Amino acid sequence: MIDAKRRILLKGSLAAGTVGVAVGAGLLSPSLVLASWNEAAFQAKDLPTALQSLMGSDAAETNDAIKIKAPDIAENGAVVPVTVETDMEGVKSIAIVADANQTPLIASFDLGDSAVPFVSTRIKMAKTSNVVAVVQTGDKLYSNAKEVKVTIGGCGG
Amino acid sequence: MSDIKIRAKLKDGETEVKCLMSHPMETGLRKDSKTGELVPAHFIQEVVCKSKDQVVMTANWSGGVSKNPYLAFKFKGGEVGDPIEITWTDNMGETQNAADKIT
Repeated sequence: MIDAKRRILLKGSLAAGTVGVAVGAGLLSPSLVLASWNEAAFQAKDLPTALQSLMGSDAAETNDAIKIKAPDIAENGAVVPVTVETDMEGVKSIAIVADANQTPLIASFDLGDSAVPFVSTRIKMAKTSNVVAVVQTGDKLYSNAKEVKVTIGGCGG
Repeated sequence: MSDIKIRAKLKDGETEVKCLMSHPMETGLRKDSKTGELVPAHFIQEVVCKSKDQVVMTANWSGGVSKNPYLAFKFKGGEVGDPIEITWTDNMGETQNAADKIT
């Protein structure tokens, strides 16, 4: 089953030329299943591009009402606990971004009507950088950032 | 067998759901230390959290989320005994599902 998929994928990659090279190099990950998964946003190499494709705009206003809880110094970049919380009204989605990662956008959370704007997870960070939280309310974007110093690289595993 | 651990607790009118999933979360950028070859990307792309068949939250992830992902979120309107259901789907098309009740 997986083998068959891989075969199709390989064929597809070769046919797609440069895209195929990118897939082979692991720069692009094959998205086989989810139509809703925003491939362009998650593979964007910088924050504005990612925001543009994820939320339709990269004009995020800095807002201190967004609270980011993350360690000042992360001993292990592979596991950095991050909590994003805000008391703003009408939050539709929250995105977590590690600025210096190869693909900065790490996660986006679409909140249902009953959800409280609070999410907590653990992320990988390639090196010391800002952790940026972007909150979408209505049509507007707000962001806040917190620097996390990483002493051991995350992406090397 | 499901590898998702869920704990949902009602406190002050808000339900806090914490869950742990078991997944390698390979970015596709890491090299195998023995063969030097890239480890293929294998990560959870979507996590859907439902309570009483209502979607409370959908998380879209990249490989930047740590191995064996932890996720916590809160929502209002839950009551003790209400079901919580969590489903993830990864980029290989695998999916896993688990359910628990609010305590």
